[in-house]
Amino acid sequence: MSNAVTALNGAKSTGYVTVKEAPLTGMITLRGTFASKGFAKMVKSVFGTDIPEQRKVSKGPEATVLWMSPDELMVVCDYAAAQDLVAKATAQLGDEHALVVNVSDARAVFTLSGAQLREVIAKEAPVDMSQFEMGEVRRTRFAQIAAAFWLEAEDHARIICFRSFAEYMFNLLKNASQPGYEVGGW
Amino acid sequence: MLILECPYCGVHAEETELHAGGEAHLKRFGPGSSDDDFENYLFMRENPKGVHFERWRHVNGCGKWFHAARCTMTLEVFGTYSAQTTEPPKDICDKISAKRPGWSWRNFS
Repeated sequence: MSNAVTALNGAKSTGYVTVKEAPLTGMITLRGTFASKGFAKMVKSVFGTDIPEQRKVSKGPEATVLWMSPDELMVVCDYAAAQDLVAKATAQLGDEHALVVNVSDARAVFTLSGAQLREVIAKEAPVDMSQFEMGEVRRTRFAQIAAAFWLEAEDHARIICFRSFAEYMFNLLKNASQPGYEVGGW
Repeated sequence: MLILECPYCGVHAEETELHAGGEAHLKRFGPGSSDDDFENYLFMRENPKGVHFERWRHVNGCGKWFHAARCTMTLEVFGTYSAQTTEPPKDICDKISAKRPGWSWRNFS
């Protein structure tokens, strides 16, 4: 097997908010009918958690499940475990009309840490960050590219975007978090 | 700035998160239809000053298509609703009637 690397080799910028490219992260796209018993059962038994409510995040012991759309979930897990989880989920779904794909190498993940991370996100995305809550996931755009983000703690956020946009996303966040560029919203 | 609530994910999405998809509730006339019907389907669009129905896609979000009823003059949004319908739902029509008595748009009123 080839030696997997992240898009930017763990690039890091220390501005008033620290931007870091996350190490290799497992990501699995699930599409299916949430109302179907077979699908819900598979999510519960393979990923250890229920299907999250609309725009919410649900956490299992080894995987975090994000609500992406009324028929799509994103599972964030350990990079090495992703392929096995895909195989398990596919086997358990059987004839159910659903899709399970390992997209770990097709996405890039960034982490923001710092007390003012809401401000950095608000600079780039058309989201009212004063209303944004923990446990919520939001798909939106960051400047010109599509992305999804959620808060893991008040001072720690994760952002997922397409891997081919990794450099654009990193430079965007780096620029927005430069020391001296604080707006003072948070 | 236009803010529409996506009926699929409940996000109050700002215009730049969405993509406009043109006029809503078009009836398709394909091969075998009369030239007049085909021309109307392909080229003839409403251009109202006032109540209008449009298709939008939550492109930088959940990716779903939906319908929106709004006023082209004041940018007031009367409501958004599912794409799985061929006519505006009654509650949206009632809301419009309350605010714009006597409105009509194509064959809806």
